[in-house]
Amino acid sequence: MEAPLALLIGLLTGVATWLMLSRNLIRLLLGFAVLGNAVNLLIFTAGRLTRDVPPIVPAGAQAIEGAFANPLPQALVLTAIVIGFGLLAFALVLAWQAYVRLGTIRTDEMREAEPPEEAKP
Amino acid sequence: MLIAVLAPFAAAGFAPLLVRLLGDRAGLVLAIVPAATFVWLLSRLPEATPGVLEATPWVPGLDVALDFSLDGLSLIFALLISGIGTLIVLYAGGYLKGHPMLGRFFLFLMMFMGAMQGVVLSDNVITLFVFWELTSLASYLLVGFESDRPAARRAALQALLITGSGGLALLAGLVMLAEAGGSWRISDLTGAGAWIQDDPLYRPILILVVLGCFTKSAQWPFHSWLPGAMQAPTPVSAYLHSATMVKAGVYLLARLDPALGGSPEWLWILTGIGGLTMLMGVVFALLETDLKLVLAWTTVSALGTLVFLLGPTHEPGVKAAMAFLLVHALYKGALFMAAGNVDHEAGTRDLTRLGGLMRTMPVTFAAAAVACVSMAGLPFGLGWVAKELIGAAKIALEDEFGITVIAATLTNLMLFCVAAIVATVPFTGRTSEAAAHAHEAPWPMLAGPVMLAALGLVFGMAPNLIAEPLIAAATTAVIGRKATLEIVLFKAFDWKFLLTLATFVAGAALFLLWRRSAAGWRASLNPVLDRGPDRGYDQVMRGLAALAAWQTRIWQPGLLHRYMAASFAVVTLAGAASLTRGEMRLNLDFDGGRLIEWAVFAVTAASALVAALATTRLLAVTALGMLGLGVAMIFMLFGAPDLAITQFMVETLVVVILALVLIRLPGFRLSAGGARPRWLYAGISAGTGALVTLLLLGVLAEPFDPRLSEWFGRAAVPEAFGHNIVNVILVDFRALDTLGEIIVVFAAALAALAAIGIGARTRA
Amino acid sequence: MSSLILRAATRVLAPMMLMLSLFLLWRGHNLPGGGFIGGLVATSAIALQGIAFGPEAARRTLVLPPAVIAGIGLAAALVATLPAGLAALPFFTGLWLKLDLGDGATLPLSTPLLFDIGVFLVVIGGVCAILLALEEDPETDPTEQP
Repeated sequence: MEAPLALLIGLLTGVATWLMLSRNLIRLLLGFAVLGNAVNLLIFTAGRLTRDVPPIVPAGAQAIEGAFANPLPQALVLTAIVIGFGLLAFALVLAWQAYVRLGTIRTDEMREAEPPEEAKP
Repeated sequence: MLIAVLAPFAAAGFAPLLVRLLGDRAGLVLAIVPAATFVWLLSRLPEATPGVLEATPWVPGLDVALDFSLDGLSLIFALLISGIGTLIVLYAGGYLKGHPMLGRFFLFLMMFMGAMQGVVLSDNVITLFVFWELTSLASYLLVGFESDRPAARRAALQALLITGSGGLALLAGLVMLAEAGGSWRISDLTGAGAWIQDDPLYRPILILVVLGCFTKSAQWPFHSWLPGAMQAPTPVSAYLHSATMVKAGVYLLARLDPALGGSPEWLWILTGIGGLTMLMGVVFALLETDLKLVLAWTTVSALGTLVFLLGPTHEPGVKAAMAFLLVHALYKGALFMAAGNVDHEAGTRDLTRLGGLMRTMPVTFAAAAVACVSMAGLPFGLGWVAKELIGAAKIALEDEFGITVIAATLTNLMLFCVAAIVATVPFTGRTSEAAAHAHEAPWPMLAGPVMLAALGLVFGMAPNLIAEPLIAAATTAVIGRKATLEIVLFKAFDWKFLLTLATFVAGAALFLLWRRSAAGWRASLNPVLDRGPDRGYDQVMRGLAALAAWQTRIWQPGLLHRYMAASFAVVTLAGAASLTRGEMRLNLDFDGGRLIEWAVFAVTAASALVAALATTRLLAVTALGMLGLGVAMIFMLFGAPDLAITQFMVETLVVVILALVLIRLPGFRLSAGGARPRWLYAGISAGTGALVTLLLLGVLAEPFDPRLSEWFGRAAVPEAFGHNIVNVILVDFRALDTLGEIIVVFAAALAALAAIGIGARTRA
Repeated sequence: MSSLILRAATRVLAPMMLMLSLFLLWRGHNLPGGGFIGGLVATSAIALQGIAFGPEAARRTLVLPPAVIAGIGLAAALVATLPAGLAALPFFTGLWLKLDLGDGATLPLSTPLLFDIGVFLVVIGGVCAILLALEEDPETDPTEQP
């Protein structure tokens, strides 16, 4: 089932890119969240899929018999989910504070660092 | 030799302190450094043939060493640098007497001296280049010394940009040369003969090296910076821009002649451009009224002559070049310093306002007159000797290059005329208003011109004092076999002698003509001939500024979505380009899915599409939540309960935080409004998504290496006493990673608190 | 927010979720769970309480300021590396101490467990810090906005 999932991940990436190219800060951050999901799935899928057998050794056993889901990408993705969440929370706070200070949530109006008149030679 | 190169740098460091302690007399002390170098070099005269090497490792890992070599060619240049340097330091002490920045001036001047010694003594390609660039930098600082004048700043920048771009070309050329030759030592490269000319890279190397040398030595069309550099104080013009730095290009051409020279390309480029520069310089000199600019244009002409003489790569040419190098340095140094005296004492150097200075400045006049004898090539001046040698060189070429003989003769003729102008116009005739209050310069400012002019006269009468030890030795170094030279002052009364006489007569006639109608020539010719390359430089600079502004507007519009679009597009295109290389297999196995899996995929995909197209926040946030739950389901279906729980909890909290933030932000609708290239952005998005899918399908088609995962599976219980392998990896096997990750969470929380705190304070 | 149902439900749910989070943390080494998941569950409980009873109530539940909790967690995670260092073993080597409780049952205490507790506390502290700051911004009361 890796190939269909690859299509889904491509779709999520495309949606994330589309949202991040918006001038609206909220859409941009939504895109950020979608991209996080896409990347997590990408790492997960690249480690191959195994149905129904979590990487948990049965009680009393020393190792799992037979095939089991790849634990390494799971460990990577688990922390990535939490960090992505922390980052998103921070970015949301930043967006809110940017609105408080600049009075806009449109990125093309946030031009304190590069004011438009300086674009002229 | 290392000391000879480093001593001026050390002196440069102490120069400001010395000036503070000793005032204007600091020049007397600083002059000891080049004087000592000069004496030391003289003592090494017998060793200069065949040459000596000294090596000090510098950056051994990169084959960069402070290798120095002393042979005839280095020696003649080093003697000029230290000898004239001594006189210039003395002279500058008088010329800039009481100048508040005198310490800084000496700092730059001594730094230049060290760098220039480094250029002519280096035997390592990289070391040579470093010193070469240092001379350009010193020149920039010295031309722009009077930095409060815009003209000086412009001239300094122009000099730096032209020689600096040439320097880049030179670096490329030298590196290619060293790579092709397999050594970074110049003596290895030149000692092996003309092997490089069979290399396919010969032409690129030649062009790059020649570009470096031509920009440095002010050959057409890069000459425009040299007259501009006359904005510098006169000692600088005399030292850098006539006697030494501008000759660095000539030095390098002569130095690399054994490797690069002798080919038709070399002959045509050097003879052609050199000849053109030679003729052009002297014509412009006749049209100038500023004494320093007259001298500057004759310097351009002289540099052209030197390059011209190096073109044919034969012994008479090299001999003539070396002799002329010496002659020119002596008389031009003297004349520049004399012109500086005139400027300093009379307050102007405009030829139309000067006259009669002979009476008030007799010593300066005498020095200038003697130097002009040499410049004009009259008998008893050293110029006569050089002219004889040049004549011999031309005759050796005569069969192929009739036109160059004509060009050189014309140049001689006009040079005679310029010499006459410089020697007579400021000094003779009616005493002009400017000259009335002038008086003779102090002795440090007379020592230089008198000494150089006198040397010219002495060597002119006894040329064999220098013929063998200097000129022949330098020629030996260039042509790679023993050269001898015996100069006979008057050979025979033949047609060559008649031609020389005819040149003198024609030059004198031209001078008389010039006196009558120079103003008319200037009025009619200057607008036509003047400063093509100089204007070209201005246009290039304006173009560069416009280009910079234009591309800044394109690339840095200050619009975030443009930056993002550019980033995504570049990444996608680069990724796509890498996919086209080599054959790529894709995993296209779409079979075997269970119904629940397809359903979850479909719901997730639909949520994503809704999130992309939603126009209200509520819908978008709901869609995002659905998407997250879909992802959690996927984790659940494929054996990752830990991920599923984490994803589920995070998704809940994301919705809570989103709600808390969104409620504070204005506007319910998400439409951004305003024009943006929707279809382009949709294309970029689709491309990025497609690229990720393709990459992943490609990765999935490759065999999987399960060793690490299997090891974790085997080791978890026996070694870490944990049954949940994911957790064991997180808190035991890869705990350091996890530590980093919780630090990130911690930092994000602190940063968010800080942002809120700052916001609260700004509002308060 | 003054929904009676929400408040009533929260009174029951929040303590249960906190208990559950500790349980998930404890069993995480052998079954699904662990510091991250436990931390997130506990955070959800606090968030629920904040929504139902206001941020003050949530802070009372936490006892300590959230940033301090996160700091303690980070310190705990770092302390977990010390025993290995004292025993001159490679950094982060897990060390186990199995206490015998009688009846054949053991209480396994270990540095990985301490580390996981650190993770748990950092997640609770960090996320709650942001959440509570958003809930109780002094200038803008979310309930007044449209």
